[in-house]
Amino acid sequence: MEQARERRLTFWERMQERYFSQSKIGKIFIYVVLTIWSMTTIFPLAWVFLNSFKESREIITDTFKLPTDPTLQNYVNAFETVNIGRSYLNSFIISGSVVLLVLFIGGIAAFAMARMQFRLRGFLQTLLVASLLIPSFATIVPVYRMMIGMDLVNTYRALIIPQTAGNLPFAILVISGYMATIPRELEEAAVMDGCGRFRMFTKVFLPISLPSFATVGIFVFLWSYNDLFSSLVLVSHEKVAPIVVLLSNVSSQYGTDYGLMTAAIAMTVIPVLIFYLLAQKTFEKGATSGAVKG
Amino acid sequence: MKGDRIYIFLFLTPAFIITGIFLYYPFIENLLQSFYNTDGFFNSTFIGLDNYIRLWNDEIARTALFNSLELILYVTVFQVGIALILAILVDSITKGAAFYRTTFFFPIVISGAAIGLLFTLIYNYRNGLLNEILVSMGMERVLWLTEQSSLYMVAIPTVWNYVGFYFVILLTAIQKIPNDFYEAAKLEGITGFQKMFRLTIPLIVTDLKTCMVLAITGTLKIFELVYIITRGGPGNSSEVLGTYMYQKAFEDTAMGYGATIAVLIVVLGLTLAFITNKLLKREEVTY
Repeated sequence: MEQARERRLTFWERMQERYFSQSKIGKIFIYVVLTIWSMTTIFPLAWVFLNSFKESREIITDTFKLPTDPTLQNYVNAFETVNIGRSYLNSFIISGSVVLLVLFIGGIAAFAMARMQFRLRGFLQTLLVASLLIPSFATIVPVYRMMIGMDLVNTYRALIIPQTAGNLPFAILVISGYMATIPRELEEAAVMDGCGRFRMFTKVFLPISLPSFATVGIFVFLWSYNDLFSSLVLVSHEKVAPIVVLLSNVSSQYGTDYGLMTAAIAMTVIPVLIFYLLAQKTFEKGATSGAVKG
Repeated sequence: MKGDRIYIFLFLTPAFIITGIFLYYPFIENLLQSFYNTDGFFNSTFIGLDNYIRLWNDEIARTALFNSLELILYVTVFQVGIALILAILVDSITKGAAFYRTTFFFPIVISGAAIGLLFTLIYNYRNGLLNEILVSMGMERVLWLTEQSSLYMVAIPTVWNYVGFYFVILLTAIQKIPNDFYEAAKLEGITGFQKMFRLTIPLIVTDLKTCMVLAITGTLKIFELVYIITRGGPGNSSEVLGTYMYQKAFEDTAMGYGATIAVLIVVLGLTLAFITNKLLKREEVTY
């Protein structure tokens, strides 16, 4: 692997010498294109962060200038008028629970799917793959009725349970895919040491598969944290509403308070962005394995 | 292993009980609901295919369907196209590649709701980002969200949001191509653009196919951006199947009809995924 990488680099170096170093314009062109695209991702967010420290009036008059008199008023407003702290808490309770449930239930199921032999295995595998194609539109009406029937609408559980169900197939497939690659010798060694299946899971397979758990955890968290559709239907009440519902309300009710809007965007984006910068590798790995989910 | 039966049962039961009750059962139930005229609670009458006939004759539903298809076209072409170009370019540089990877990928982690709000501010007439740029260059303000433009204005953030995702998938695929292939190509005298079209792209065609299927099914699920930026307006001009389904089922409480639209979304997704798979059928390359 390491060797292949090195060879590839040298190949590209030669390649570059041929096409880009010799024609400097080619190289400059590449960097210009790449930089333009990275500007499109950075610039809008920088603009929002900058403006979130200005008064609404200043946002209108001097939208591109650095804040002359930086103020935290917009953030104070976000906490006082729309209670963004509450939504934050709701989001973390809901998405956190979904991640924990999916990892636990999905983890043990993945272990069984990957390392045990039974008759229905092939069928269940197919079923799991097929269920990746079910969009939440296609389950929401009956789920909403069930939640009304159980008197759970506008409680955390109303969103936690269906989101857990929706993310389990993805989690089981990715984690069991990872566990299937673990050498058989480890399993046999664990048996020699007198491990039962449960201890084998907690002592051997769980620690080795941690990278796949991290990948799944991150993606499930993002999907749950960002899921506006189910949240609007199942937990739209202010007391339990997650942050995306608050954003949607801000856009319809406070559409003229630019300061509040920029602060709300900044506050939604900052935690995930920091998280992303810290665990970038895992995120990107998730993208390639996440490709199994639509 | 001996005595596995009990563990298989123990380990699999929780997962399949939850998905059974809250994923598979609702999916079937949704299909059944589409044959009922129901507000979800008190009134429920079996009406056969009436919902489907209503859907067939529903002008707004037709607009939403065509808007969704149009969006799918733009989004697939531009998302995967831009991602492919960026991936090939990033693969050809050594300095700064990590920086571009980071900046291209990060819009994915931002929620559609936040991006929607962000683009509301960008498109805003009075002091949106775009109009401020125009004014600072001494030009007139433009009304960005009109009946003609609203669909494009929704397509742009959708493309922007997910380019990084396909970029990472494609870049990983390109970097997996073994050097020998390029060496052989060089011996054959294949270079430059010819190499890109005859070597790189054919070798990652499976990954391109995956990206296209994901882009198509993903665009069918689009909801947040439209809901926040335009609410399907002005005058239904940017209504898509997702927002229309939400409006019918939960704002007009026509749950049976909403369920019918959801069935259409599923059928459309399966059909398009199937067609894309057939059209791009190729031998898989393994190294």
